[in-house]
Amino acid sequence: MTSSSPGSPGSPAPPPIPEPGFNFAYLDEQTKRAIRRAILKGVAIPGHQIPFSSREMPMSYGWGTGGIQVTASVIGQDDTLKVIDQGADDTTNAVNIRRFFKKVCGVATTEKTEEATLIQTRHRIPEKPLKAGQVFVYQVPMPEPLYFIEPSRTEANKMHALEEYGPMYVKLYEDITKFGRISLAYDYPVMVNGRHLMNPSPIPRFDNPKMDMNPALQLFGAGREKRIYAIPPYTQVKSLDFEDHPFSVENWEHPCEFCGATDSYLDEVVIDDQGGRMWICSDTDYCEQRQREQSGSAQKLG
Amino acid sequence: MQPLLTVNNLSKYYGDLKACDRISFTLYPGQVLGIIGESGSGKSTLLDSIAGHVPFENGIVEYCDRDNNPIDLRTLPEPRRRKLMKTEWGFVRQNPRDGLRMTVTAGANIGERLLDVGERHYGNIRTEALEWLSEVEIPHGRIDDFPSTFSGGMQQRLQLARILVTRPRIVLMDEPTGGLDVSVQARLLDLMRSLVRTLHLSVILVTHDIGVVRLLAHRLMVMQNGQVVESGLTDQVLDDPHHPYTQQLVNATLIP
Amino acid sequence: MPYVAVKGGEQAIRNAEALLKAKRRGDADVPELSLEQIKQQMQLAVNRVMAEGSLYDPDLAALAIKQSWGDLVEAAFLLRAYRTTLPRLYYSEPLDTSEMAIQRRISAIFKEAPGGQKLGPTFDYIHRLLDFKLAAEDNTFPAPISEEYDTAEATPRVAHMLEQEGLVMPPSNGAQGNGSQTESGMVGTAHPTGDGQRSGVEPFDITRQSLNTPTNRDARLQNLARGDEGFLLSMAYSTQRGYGKNHPFAGEIRVGEVEVSIFPEELGFEIAIADITVTEVQMVNQFKGNKEIPPQFTQGYGLTFGYNERKAMAMALVDRALQAKDLGESLDGPAQDEEFVLYHSDNIEAQGFVQHLKLPHYIDFQAELNLIRKLRSDYEHNNSQPEASEKSKKERSTAAKEATS
Repeated sequence: MTSSSPGSPGSPAPPPIPEPGFNFAYLDEQTKRAIRRAILKGVAIPGHQIPFSSREMPMSYGWGTGGIQVTASVIGQDDTLKVIDQGADDTTNAVNIRRFFKKVCGVATTEKTEEATLIQTRHRIPEKPLKAGQVFVYQVPMPEPLYFIEPSRTEANKMHALEEYGPMYVKLYEDITKFGRISLAYDYPVMVNGRHLMNPSPIPRFDNPKMDMNPALQLFGAGREKRIYAIPPYTQVKSLDFEDHPFSVENWEHPCEFCGATDSYLDEVVIDDQGGRMWICSDTDYCEQRQREQSGSAQKLG
Repeated sequence: MQPLLTVNNLSKYYGDLKACDRISFTLYPGQVLGIIGESGSGKSTLLDSIAGHVPFENGIVEYCDRDNNPIDLRTLPEPRRRKLMKTEWGFVRQNPRDGLRMTVTAGANIGERLLDVGERHYGNIRTEALEWLSEVEIPHGRIDDFPSTFSGGMQQRLQLARILVTRPRIVLMDEPTGGLDVSVQARLLDLMRSLVRTLHLSVILVTHDIGVVRLLAHRLMVMQNGQVVESGLTDQVLDDPHHPYTQQLVNATLIP
Repeated sequence: MPYVAVKGGEQAIRNAEALLKAKRRGDADVPELSLEQIKQQMQLAVNRVMAEGSLYDPDLAALAIKQSWGDLVEAAFLLRAYRTTLPRLYYSEPLDTSEMAIQRRISAIFKEAPGGQKLGPTFDYIHRLLDFKLAAEDNTFPAPISEEYDTAEATPRVAHMLEQEGLVMPPSNGAQGNGSQTESGMVGTAHPTGDGQRSGVEPFDITRQSLNTPTNRDARLQNLARGDEGFLLSMAYSTQRGYGKNHPFAGEIRVGEVEVSIFPEELGFEIAIADITVTEVQMVNQFKGNKEIPPQFTQGYGLTFGYNERKAMAMALVDRALQAKDLGESLDGPAQDEEFVLYHSDNIEAQGFVQHLKLPHYIDFQAELNLIRKLRSDYEHNNSQPEASEKSKKERSTAAKEATS
């Protein structure tokens, strides 16, 4: 690991003083307990959506309130928090959520995946593998994988209860028939523990394999839809596919322009109005750590 | 031989109205039972009650499954009932819109039951779908077309393929030829007759058309106002009707 | 770094907030609005914010309106978020609206309702002409002197008279759904009677329990009471235009103050904690009956915080429309669809999800972009070959297999 000088963006920020007038982590203790009960139920039945009485948060529904409530109910004084959106620590939304928890908890924050005990994410799983003991919280806009097949929640609940997932596969069959491949690019549905069909939140399919047998506890919060679900550590997570059309992830013809990585998910960045493009890692922490390592070894060589 | 299905004293009420009044019969493997009567006689309600689409007040419906276990369908837990309906049973509806998914292709319509029971090989599903299209005389080239582009007769044949793909043992049909042209009806009836024989299907066929039961049914039940007024071998009942209502039905029908 | 992607930092957020505050204040030469001014002179806005914010506090609602730059949905959101931090200490006793200190009360079904009709302050019969005199300041408008109203006397409910004759179905909570299954396993069958009586069962609490469908009338009414006024208005209007017609009559509309009391176990007696203004509407609707139920009238109920008649009426129409499934009526309008109405009525949820599209989505978009490019190259590959479609399809699927393995 590269050690960095204090104050550099990579180092853990010192715990700030929480703003007075709020309970620790904004929610009152009773509410946090109720949410933790839902989380425990979720852990007990991997991939199964548990209804919870989602509260209005000071951020809008649809802007991560589910993840924020889950984080708020599991966070402790000693936690080190990392927040990413689109893989990056410095996107406006990530900054805003991190700033919220700094304000109402005063916990330490970090941008380094390996330093965090608690990570809240929107749309990505970091490139660096998660470790046992880490809690990984997803923001979920639509928890119900069957919603575009069966808009009625009453009926969808029945399908989950009876494990009637045939219609989901009908959709995949139709994709292959029409396009020659399954045309789902993100929020690609998975079977958890061989029993429950689950939406992984809109992460790219590239990230799906990272969920399988992951040593970290993965929690999913959907605030507006009022559902919580979980993947306990070391749980089997399988992306839906056919034996003769196996699940696959996307790859790029280019390495990352900054760090040269060929194994990471890349953002396509438009650099001029003549159609110029460049490709860079979406995981900013991964990219920066690689760049630092490279400049370190370059210096050593030099 | 052991009966496949035993219905004993089945009664179904709508308020004070007795839609089905103490109906009893047995169905043996390979047998086609016709149920005939005018609309409102309770024949469709009987079919829906047997299939578990509507709850009924009294009576027993017992089915003998593939492993020879007797199953009380009325008390069978919902998940097992639904599973049974997708594997060993099939239901053909008068209106293809109720029996088909009109917004997915013919291939997917046939493949759905296979997907329901866990088939996960795209190639196998297509092979099976093509096979069943041949069985029901639909050209292979239509496999990726939507059922909404099919003719009425083809839609009914697709309904058959959709359920037959899991080799059901018992098929319930509610006016399968209703609304079809006479020539189209004849072709469908021919096909049904040969499928029943080659696949050794047991069928309960509800219709108001005497011509249909004469061609397909081994046994016949005549229903009026929720009650069975006459039953027996089809030829016997039709050639020598005893009950005045049956006589009226037979006389009202022009024999071609 | 040669190139920096558009990413915002804490500074940008702080600047945006400062700019918003400055813009909101407007021209510094114009005196700042006081909360008292908002509370007094924009009462209906305050009422709407309290109703949709689900918190009866005119001072906080006025603050929220000021803070939200006059955006009432945003103001309701502020109240809701604040409400989250409040513990629930007690449930109040049921309101007794027959003991209301009435400001306005009308019935459209009886000319002379016992207790009398009282027009009160209303826009109903006012010509909607812009009043240019109002543009000037220092207006005073003395209230007319009206006959004394005996606030001690209770005003009987119009629907009650029909109930006595057995012509209207008593309010019911509808069929049992799983919605009222509380965490303690209690099943709610509570329904509004407005008579201050407990129905014996604890009502559902949508702020503490997760709403599941199918659900019951108690949960539905709570959802509607804080639902978006515009949404309810449109839903109600759609029933009048034939999408789930229910032939309504405005049985009674009353506005006034009612007493809210709680019953702390530790005290052993009831104490009044506030007087609040509410609008209550009882609609009387036609019902042709079915096999089990003789023809009779049914009721739709609406109640909102503050003077909010349009919303209370819309709520009552939608409440009645949602009883369709319990009454065995055919469901042919969106207003009768419980899931459709309840899951789309809340503007705090709706505004958030609609506006979340502003958040960065470039990861999903990148994934979609990759997919579209791949599908396009498949398409171009297939179309460059003039063979029969069946053959190219076969190739396409082999090509796909290669690409995915």
